[in-house]
Amino acid sequence: MNDLLIKNGRVIDPANGVDGQFDLLIEKGKISAVKKKISDGSRKIIDAKGKWVAPGLIDIHTHFREPGYEYKETIETGARSAAVGGFTSVACMANTNPVNDCGSVTEFILDKAKSALVNVHPIGAVTRGLKGEALADIGEMAQLGVAALSDDGKCIMNGSVLRAAMEYASMFGLTIMEHADDSAISQNGSLNEGEVSSDLGLTGAPAIAEDVITARDISIAEYCKAPIHFCHVSTAGCVQLIRHAKDRGVRVTAEAAPHHFSITEDACRGYNTNAKMAPPLRTDSDVTAIIEGLSDGAIDCIASDHAPHSLFEKEVEFDNAAFGIVGLETSLGLSMALVHGGHMTPAKLIEAMSYKPAGIIGIDRGTLKPGAVADVTIIDPGLEWTVDPSKFKSKGRNTPFAGRELKGKAIYTIVKGKVVSKC
Amino acid sequence: MAEQDLYHRHLISMTDLSSSDIGQIIETAKVMKAISERDVKKTPTLRGRTVINFFTEPSTRTRTSFEIAGKRLSADVINISAAGSSLSKGESLKDMVYNLDAMKPDMLVVRSGFAGVPSMMTEWIECPVVNAGDGRHEHPSQCLLDLMTIQEKKERLEGLKVSIIGDILNSRVAKSNMIAMRKVGMSVTACGPATLLPVNIEKIADKVTSSLDEAVDGADVIMALRVQTERLERIGFPNVREYSKLFGLGLERMKKAKKEALVLHPGPINQGVEISPEVAEGPWSVILDQVTNGVAVRMAILYLLLGGGLQINE
Repeated sequence: MNDLLIKNGRVIDPANGVDGQFDLLIEKGKISAVKKKISDGSRKIIDAKGKWVAPGLIDIHTHFREPGYEYKETIETGARSAAVGGFTSVACMANTNPVNDCGSVTEFILDKAKSALVNVHPIGAVTRGLKGEALADIGEMAQLGVAALSDDGKCIMNGSVLRAAMEYASMFGLTIMEHADDSAISQNGSLNEGEVSSDLGLTGAPAIAEDVITARDISIAEYCKAPIHFCHVSTAGCVQLIRHAKDRGVRVTAEAAPHHFSITEDACRGYNTNAKMAPPLRTDSDVTAIIEGLSDGAIDCIASDHAPHSLFEKEVEFDNAAFGIVGLETSLGLSMALVHGGHMTPAKLIEAMSYKPAGIIGIDRGTLKPGAVADVTIIDPGLEWTVDPSKFKSKGRNTPFAGRELKGKAIYTIVKGKVVSKC
Repeated sequence: MAEQDLYHRHLISMTDLSSSDIGQIIETAKVMKAISERDVKKTPTLRGRTVINFFTEPSTRTRTSFEIAGKRLSADVINISAAGSSLSKGESLKDMVYNLDAMKPDMLVVRSGFAGVPSMMTEWIECPVVNAGDGRHEHPSQCLLDLMTIQEKKERLEGLKVSIIGDILNSRVAKSNMIAMRKVGMSVTACGPATLLPVNIEKIADKVTSSLDEAVDGADVIMALRVQTERLERIGFPNVREYSKLFGLGLERMKKAKKEALVLHPGPINQGVEISPEVAEGPWSVILDQVTNGVAVRMAILYLLLGGGLQINE
């Protein structure tokens, strides 16, 4: 049968307060038992001694580019990349072509997702064509099962449109994921405004462009009593605003991308277009603030903002290079540094990469409770490896982490009881 | 160090040159200048060498200057223009440079509206690359001709006080000069509207002021920068009239300057905006000396990077 017994591992299941050595049994695609000792029987066995057995990792912020930009990535290749990275569920953003702003595009993505290696949840656009003007077909997409709503890549600049979207989306229990960027302030800046932008002679986007929208959105969310989620928080100012908002009970959640807590604007020196993304890499003090936010819970979760691009879109003038980097295959390794560095406990990391993101997009995953769907990731916390973009399963090779040595890797990715990737 | 060697094969940024490198280029340029003063303005030094001037942004002075410099040294000079970005034509920057490289040039002189283009090209081409101005990044040959002119007139660089006035945020000339001038021991005052100063101005200048009188007072060298009025009016400053009132170098202002102060301008000049005709053509002005020295400095750059196997950093 397809039954699978994972023995001797350190089961880390923050949803149920479990962290200790247990055996975990999967039967018929569901978790059937988590116990001290389960007999082998005639089952397939994985010995996970010294390894972490975690609920399948979840990345709520990816770009799978299909439909429209299949040369960058497809749902199939994106899902394979996710599987290698240890992710069992991902949510993919709406900035495809056509934009996922109506039922037929949502249906197309869901149809492609059926044959993908991992669970792929489409995120619907907030506004038609991501134009920030008229509402997208939110109800229709909600009925088909979009996980959340976002105009990611673009900020909803008109506050009254955002307010209407929040109120309307709340009828369907959908959260809006905001890409906070006052475009009038950031002016198409291609890196952080500061010493590096000045040295390189490039237009920078200052941190205040992100901060002011975050402040605005918190006020609107507080007024509407609706949830708001902040994508890829990159500034110390935003972490502070979000922390204060949470303290007074605003329904705010936030994610951080591994690159924003691993490297700074210095990575752009030499006009390295693989260090160009939005929001941009910031400064040391921003990195410190994001790590603090993750450890004290001001920031709920880690999401990669996996943004594959073709080589020819990066081997151009810095100003003309595409924004974004791939992230699914490096996300866990980079995030493990927070554990190795003593900033997060293993349980806290798993919470930020599985349980919490599941809650934000409202899927019944991120738990190892008996009866739950058997999405499981087995992690070797001590495995040392070097990032080699030529080995990526993603079509994208655009990463600033080529050659970087990481410690910690997913060695088994299990979706609905089936091993979809192992190393 | 490998990196140092690489950069000295090319001329991309004034950060890559030491004070003695700068001195050597200026001394070589003085020798080159004598060639331009002969009846027959040509030496066979770079005979058989091919120099490509690749300009993707309009330029009269710099391009002509590089072309004359190459020709006076007997190099074969080819001028290519291309509008806009390589990407807009569907060709990647890398492909374009690979194609130029396949034609085996001995030197590539690059002007681009985009910062970083010459620097990126060094990775894709065998021959030396000279930055002839890239976006808002740097303009090393302009900086070197400025320094040569100042040195010629003042017979020293160290200890001089220079004030750079105007749109420092968008000026690659100001950027290269601030880096180099501090290296050779000059003290730099940056003066311009707060809207047109870079965020880290305190770190890259010795003194920052929004008062033109303060900047002019006691300066040995005053450098006025071109203001792109069409781009900056309304947001950089309210209007040209106000700009000229606050930051225009006119006769009244020059009364507060040292009698022997030099006035420089990288050109092209907006007459009556950042500088008045009386000052541009007045006794302080060395603006045309800058242009003459531009040819000499570019001859020196070509010679040092190509001829006689000399290293700039010897």
